Amino acid sequence: MDFWTEIPSLGKRDLRDLKKGIDGAFKKFSRTYGDGIEAFFDPLYFFLVRLEKLLIAAPWPLILVLVGGLAYLGSRSVKLAIGSILAFMVIGYFGMWKDMMATISLISVATIMCIAVGIPIGIIMSRYDRVQSAITPILDLMQTIPIFVYLLPVVMLLGIGRVPGLIAVCVYAVPPVIRLTNLGIRLVDKEILEAAEAFGSDYRQKLFSVQLPLALPNIFAGVNQTIMMALAMVVIASMIGVKGLGMPVLQSIQNQYLTLGLMNGLAIVALAIIFDRVSQRYGKRLQAHRYGKEHE
Amino acid sequence: MVRGSKPTDMVKNMSNFKLIIKNLYKIFGPNAGRYVNSVNEGMSKQELLDKHNHVLGLNNINLSIPERKVQVIMGLSGSGKSTLIRHINRLIEPTSGELFVDGENVLAMSPAQLREFRRKVTSMVFQKFALLPHKTVSQNVAYGLTIQGVKEKDAKDQSHTWIDRVGLGGFEDRFPAQLSGGMQQRVGLARALATDAPILLMDEAFSALDPLIRTDMQNILLELQEELHKTIIFITHDLDEALRIGDNIAILRDGKVIQKGDPQDIIMNPADAYITDFIKDINRSRVIELRSIMDSKTKGTGTGLSHKMSVEEALPLLNKAKTKSFAVIDEENKNLGSVTLDSAIGALVRRDESAVSERYK
Repeated sequence: MDFWTEIPSLGKRDLRDLKKGIDGAFKKFSRTYGDGIEAFFDPLYFFLVRLEKLLIAAPWPLILVLVGGLAYLGSRSVKLAIGSILAFMVIGYFGMWKDMMATISLISVATIMCIAVGIPIGIIMSRYDRVQSAITPILDLMQTIPIFVYLLPVVMLLGIGRVPGLIAVCVYAVPPVIRLTNLGIRLVDKEILEAAEAFGSDYRQKLFSVQLPLALPNIFAGVNQTIMMALAMVVIASMIGVKGLGMPVLQSIQNQYLTLGLMNGLAIVALAIIFDRVSQRYGKRLQAHRYGKEHE
Repeated sequence: MVRGSKPTDMVKNMSNFKLIIKNLYKIFGPNAGRYVNSVNEGMSKQELLDKHNHVLGLNNINLSIPERKVQVIMGLSGSGKSTLIRHINRLIEPTSGELFVDGENVLAMSPAQLREFRRKVTSMVFQKFALLPHKTVSQNVAYGLTIQGVKEKDAKDQSHTWIDRVGLGGFEDRFPAQLSGGMQQRVGLARALATDAPILLMDEAFSALDPLIRTDMQNILLELQEELHKTIIFITHDLDEALRIGDNIAILRDGKVIQKGDPQDIIMNPADAYITDFIKDINRSRVIELRSIMDSKTKGTGTGLSHKMSVEEALPLLNKAKTKSFAVIDEENKNLGSVTLDSAIGALVRRDESAVSERYK
């Protein structure tokens, strides 16, 4: 034993006891409270299942009209709307319609959850420097920690299925919307804020009539990133039993089904591109006033 | 309509001053309070910065601003003028000192009272306009009213009057980015006027505009002031502008008021070499008025010239007159004194030319 070659470390037995202790405590915690926590997320589960069933049960032409319409409303681009409809038709033609609907329902619910949680957190962060410096490292952790590390405790608590999948997706996808909400509000022109103050605005008036509207392009860039990251998690979420386009990709890895993997993979890419372009164009339209263009 | 203020004993004592600033100090830095005394005892701005790494913003400001007049605060950049105007509505908190509006201590106001004060008593126009880019012209003008909780429709109706007054009728639904700088500042002015606040704070409001537009805006302001009679505090670094619109001028240097009073007084009797230097490039014949050069001992005879006439206007008349002199009269035709061609020419010479050249020897 030489001081210079061996780093001081906990003994093997102590280390094993430590791990065992924490594992045991968590297991006990999940056994006692697991059901309660699961029940807490029940409404989410029902919402997710309802939406999925609704999308699958809806007549396909209706969905196509809806997709085209939403794409047009978001982007005001006929090209993009037609492109989206075509992509959906091709995906359906190759037998991936149901999986795609499942994925869309997951992404939609995940995005809504991320916005509902992320924007308020971002607002609080922008108001208090202390909160910002406390939350920033947590966001770093959420974005860099290997997904499997938190997938396991989530599964231990909630079992496998849609809800733990959704939570795993949200943990990974929520940081951008939080960060960009915070950043967007902090970047609002100090002089405009000063003007709002000079006319006697209180905090709420400043937030809703100046800060949030002016931060909107940034917030929307965050939402766009959140959608993209949620889509990237589809395959990993399928490992804990989330249905959708990720599942066949996972199967193809396990069974070397080259074409199956490729087709579903490309379908995810197509969805990603559609979501990205539509939401980006929408975000750009939000700041049209900055360029002095005529408004519609 | 000007909102009346409740007359208190304070107001009576303070006669017709709308706003009184007493011993106001502002030092920027983490331990500002500690250095007020040293500054008071004569520590200079440079010394404070070198020794203690604190910046002296305002140094013992005492200023009484009369009601319904235009008070210009002038100084070069870094002189503290923008800092001073932001103390009036407490966008910046002073390190020490007192500030009264209508006899009420502004510094003692609670946050809620301060908001009410900013909504009803003061309004502000900014150098870089500071319009809300995502709102239309009419929404911007109505902004102060919506903050007060006025219903959207009423706010819109009221704002239209002001949009018309500043000559922007027809642009109600445009966005600020679609307007030129001059037009944007008209929106800024209309927004400030729309709340009907008796005190108007203008922070280098016209400095970002090019000269022709600036003159235009000065005209609009003077026209409006003739009718509205607000108490205006106007910040500028432009002496011509100050002389044109100021009823009173205070000149600031390194956070200190070095001269204040009637603009004519400042030109005729500059307090020190700095101000002499400051005013050396102005067109004296256009700025100096007959009241500053008249001889009040000898009452002139014949038709009189207005005491507010400029020397430039008076010179040809004096030259043509046989006696080379005129009586000077006020608005009520009261004879104030007389002016001669010699005194008019004499006024064009800078009083202490020697003091100026001394500095460049």
